[in-house]
Formats: sequence, C-alpha cells, structure tokens
Amino acid sequence: MNILENIHSIWHVIGRNKIRSFLTMLGIIIGVMAVIIVMSVGAGAQSLILNQVKSMGSNLVGILPGKADEKGPPASVMGVVITTLKDDDLKALVKEIPYFTAVSGYVKGTDTVTWGDQQTDTNFTGVNYSYIDVEDTKVEIGRFFTEDEEKGNARVAILGYEVAKDLFLDQNPIGQQIKIKKTYFNIIGVMIKRGTSGMQNQDDQIFVPLTTAQKLLLGIDHVSFARLKVDDAKNVDNAVEQAKVLLRERHNIDNPENDDFSIRSMAQGLEAITSITNALKMFLVAVAAIALVVGGVGIMNIMLAAVQERTREIGLRKAVGAKNKNIIVQFLIESVMITSIGGLIGIILGILISFIVAKVAQGMGYDWDFAVSVSSVFLGCFVSVGVGLVFGIIPARKASRLNPIEALRYE
Amino acid sequence: MTLIEAKDLCKEYVNEEVKTPVLHDLNFKIEEGEFVAIMGPSGSGKSTLMHILSFLDKISCGKYLFKGKDVSEFNDDQLAQMRSKEVGFIFQAFNLLPRTTVLENVMLPLLYDGVSNNNIRIYKAKQALINVGLDHRLNYFTNQLSGGEKQRVAIARALVNDPSVIFADEPTGNLDSKSGLQVMKILQSLNEEGKTIILVTHERYTAEHAKRILRIKDGVIESDEKVVNRQFAQTSNELIK
Repeated sequence: MNILENIHSIWHVIGRNKIRSFLTMLGIIIGVMAVIIVMSVGAGAQSLILNQVKSMGSNLVGILPGKADEKGPPASVMGVVITTLKDDDLKALVKEIPYFTAVSGYVKGTDTVTWGDQQTDTNFTGVNYSYIDVEDTKVEIGRFFTEDEEKGNARVAILGYEVAKDLFLDQNPIGQQIKIKKTYFNIIGVMIKRGTSGMQNQDDQIFVPLTTAQKLLLGIDHVSFARLKVDDAKNVDNAVEQAKVLLRERHNIDNPENDDFSIRSMAQGLEAITSITNALKMFLVAVAAIALVVGGVGIMNIMLAAVQERTREIGLRKAVGAKNKNIIVQFLIESVMITSIGGLIGIILGILISFIVAKVAQGMGYDWDFAVSVSSVFLGCFVSVGVGLVFGIIPARKASRLNPIEALRYE
Repeated sequence: MTLIEAKDLCKEYVNEEVKTPVLHDLNFKIEEGEFVAIMGPSGSGKSTLMHILSFLDKISCGKYLFKGKDVSEFNDDQLAQMRSKEVGFIFQAFNLLPRTTVLENVMLPLLYDGVSNNNIRIYKAKQALINVGLDHRLNYFTNQLSGGEKQRVAIARALVNDPSVIFADEPTGNLDSKSGLQVMKILQSLNEEGKTIILVTHERYTAEHAKRILRIKDGVIESDEKVVNRQFAQTSNELIK
C-alpha cells in the first residue's frame, strides 16, 4: 500500500469528521500562525527601528551617562537619572578632539505650552546651537538660535512642525511669544516636517537653548545624552576611543571598569537594538512553541480516540493481510496530514495577518516593511509535519500492536 | 494435495499465570478442494482452531503444516503475509469498512498484497463482485446494503486475492434464512469450482452444507465424518450466477 493510496483514503476519513478534524487542527493552526506572525512582525518592527536609527546618519556617536555592558543598554535608558555628563564635557570633546565637528547635548521635559488662548501639551528639548548640524536637519521658516543666544541663556524657541500647526493654525508664529513653565519665549523659527526618528515624533517638540532649558525650565546642570558628529565615517572608531580617554581624564577615572558614561557609534547602537529585538523575538517564538506542543497533545489525544473507535477496522485490515508497519504508516500519515493541513492554514493566516499589520502600520505613517521570510514558512511546514510525526507515533504504535482477533471482536 | 495438517496441535491461553487449555493434541488433515465444517457448541474451541488455521493466532505446542510447510514458528509479519496470500475471511458481522464503497471494500486486500496498479485492482475487485452477483452495487456505500448483500461483498473481498482457502465464521449467523441460503449457495458453488472452504458454525443444518464435519467439544475432536445427507442450497430467485 503506497503513500498516495493512504493519503487518498485518509482524506476521506478527515472529510467525514470535518468539525472534529478542524478542532484537532486548531492548536497547530494557532501555533504555526503565531510563529509566522512573530517572525514577520518582528522583522517589520526591527526594520522600522533600524530605518529610524539609520536615518540619523552613520557618522554619529552617542554618549549616555552611566556605564553600559558591551551589548546591553545603560541604566539611563531605563529611566534612571544619572547626572555625571555635563555641557562642559561636550564642549571639551569638540575642542580637544578634531574628529568631532559638532555636538549637541539634550535635556527633555514636557509641559502645557500656551499662546494667548491656545494651548497644547508638548515636549520641550534643550539642545546646543549646533543641533541642526548634528541631526542634519533645518528650519522651514525663521532661523535656529546662535551660539551667543545659547551663551546668554536667551529665551528663544524653535517650534516643531506639528506644534506650530497646533498653536498657530495658519498664522505666522515668528515673533510671537509662547509660555513654557511660566516663562515667555520668543519664537524665532519653525522646523521642517521630519516625521518620527529615533522612536520619537520630531515634529511634536519645541527646541530651546540647552542652558536655558537647564536653568530656567528644569533646574539641572547635566545633560541626558549627547550626540556628536564625526567628520568622516571611517574616523568613528578613533573618535570614540579618544573621547573615552578624554572623558575619563575629566572625570578622574583610572579604571575603565568604573566608567560613568558610555559611548557608542551608530553601528554599535544598531547591534544593541538588534540583540534586544532578537531576544524579544525568541521569547515570542518560545510562546508559539508552547502552543504547538499543546496542539500536538491534542493531536495525540484525538488519534488515540480514533484508534479506539476504529479497532474493528484495524482488526479487519490485519486479517486481510496488513502488516504492523502498514498500520503504523496509515495512522502516522493520518496525523501528519491533519497537522500539515493545520500548518498550511496557519501559514496562510499568519501571512495574511502579518500583511494586515504591515498595511495598518504603513497607514499610520511608519516606515514598516512587509516581509515573510522563506525560512519562517519552511519552519512552519517542518514543525507541523514534525508535530504530526512525534505525537502520532504513540497512537500509531498502539494501533499496530492490537491483536487482530480481539480487535475484530471489539464492540 | 494436503493443504492443512495439524500434528498434536494444542493451544492454551496464559492469563496472569493461570493457564487455560483450549485445544488438546488435535490431529487431522484437510485436502485441497474440501468443504469442511468445524462444528461445536460455544466454548468448544472451534473459533480458536479457526484463528490458528487462518494465521490469526499462534499454537502453543505441536505442529501446524500449511501446504507441507511448518508455520508454527512464523512471526507477525510472516503470518500477515500468509493471511494476505493464502486465506480469505468471511465473518459473522461482515466487518466491512463503514462509509466506504463496495468496490473499495473489495479492493482492500489487494492494497496489502502488493498489487500496485490501481486498474488491475479495480478489475480484480469487479470480477469478484460479478462472482457474487453484486456488480450493480459497485459504488454503493456499505451502509446502504442489506445484510445479505453485505455478506456477499465480504465473500467478494475474501475471493479477490484468489486465496487457497476461505474461512467462513458463522457466515449466516446475522442473516435471515433466505439471505443465508444465498450465501451458502455461493460457498457451495465456489467449492464446486475447486476452492477449499472451512466453515465454522454451531448449527447442524448449516454444517450439513459442507462435505465433511469436524466436531469439536472441550478442545478435542469428537468426531470427523463425511456428510451423508448433504444439504444443497436452493434459492428461488436467481440473483446469483
């Protein structure tokens, strides 16, 4: 009896018990679907993050206060406030190390900003005057603040594109005064529309001079993080090394183990993000694997019931000449067929849902790629066949070992 | 030619270390072309004997020679092979596959006999069904048939491999008398064509359709004699060839 004949006759068995077969498949459908979705949506999210980080440029170096492991993020990312990094450190870096052409420190806060009767909840960010050089952006109207304005703690502000729209609708905001934390600021410019970058909506922000933000709005003297621009991408590694030496000198650190800062190039940052998202993906795949095991146990359960129900049929098949291996093959093919069909449905549904997620994300303006890797489809096929084999073998062996005489008498 | 030979054949079941002897030192021969009825009350061991002779069960001691070959020590696969090649079964409860067509049921033994060409299988199955007068029911499902028709499908299934011997275990037990007669008539005409038939029954009337009766009681052969007044199954309507 060859495999094709088995498949043909088993197709009838499955067709006869449609609802039961479907319910049996459900565990496999959900498991395989979850694997496909996790891999596809995971890849989409990863590409989104990578695109955003890459959009900031490859010759950027970031400094965060606090020590970091090689791969993991520093504590400051998790919301721990570390006050070791100062504006003077940044100025020294640009002055002492020729590779750095521009720097900007960042401090951030949120407030309800008002202009006359209009008000909006938004973020304000204190940056250095070379911010637009570091981030490679520009103002749409007006101008950015100057070095002198920064030194003089000038109360000037540049609006993000959305903030300008929210507060001023179609009016020209230049020359108007807005109030942030009870302090009046003169608006001198509006940024171009930039979208999201670095996981932050760059258009929903107000930029003010760093020192002004530190002293007047936040009452601090440290920066949350800093970005430095390197003259050429090939000098990034050298620049990072020299920056480490300089900062250790300034902070009186002898042993690199005790660093109170972490410096990363974009490339290293990408690695860190990739390793985090990969770990997350593995976790979700593990959850999907549990669903598959549960589905497999369901298959085994239903196959054991089928063996019981078809005891007489097994007895008859043996009586007319079926060998034990014929019976094993028959029941194994049956369980593999159920899991394969389930797997196929799961793959199709998984691709469909991933596609919908991608379309929705794209509709919301994210730079999201729809991609279903061939490997995840292969994995889905392989796993569903594997589950059928692994969980089908016990019922199949049980069937093959039935005594034909007793099986024929079974009521 | 001697088809079946039992030499001091015995069988005992061992259950939780309690031995239950069922058959004791049986000695008999069955020649090719015979029509033998194995008769006896329930519990006599006649079913056990049939299971052993038809390779469904193994003996405990003695020897069982089939076509002169000792099959006492055959393993499961070898016994399956013997069932596939040498014997056909007719059961009291028909044992047809449910929700499967008549043709597919009859083709079943061919699947395990290594007949790989589907057209040959269909041809052979159709021939067997013509033999029992059911070629107009090929694509019926077995649950759409009457009891008599079901048993005739089972006979076709038993014939399809062209076996050396057909074992019929109470083949008329679940049938009305008219259908029972039809079945007996088919068995008799198959025997006329040279097929060896071994019939297991507890009814004297049914047994008397055979040519020889082997009476079993308490696991021993009580008598072994030719049927003097043989019954010949006559059916009023000639459904069968």
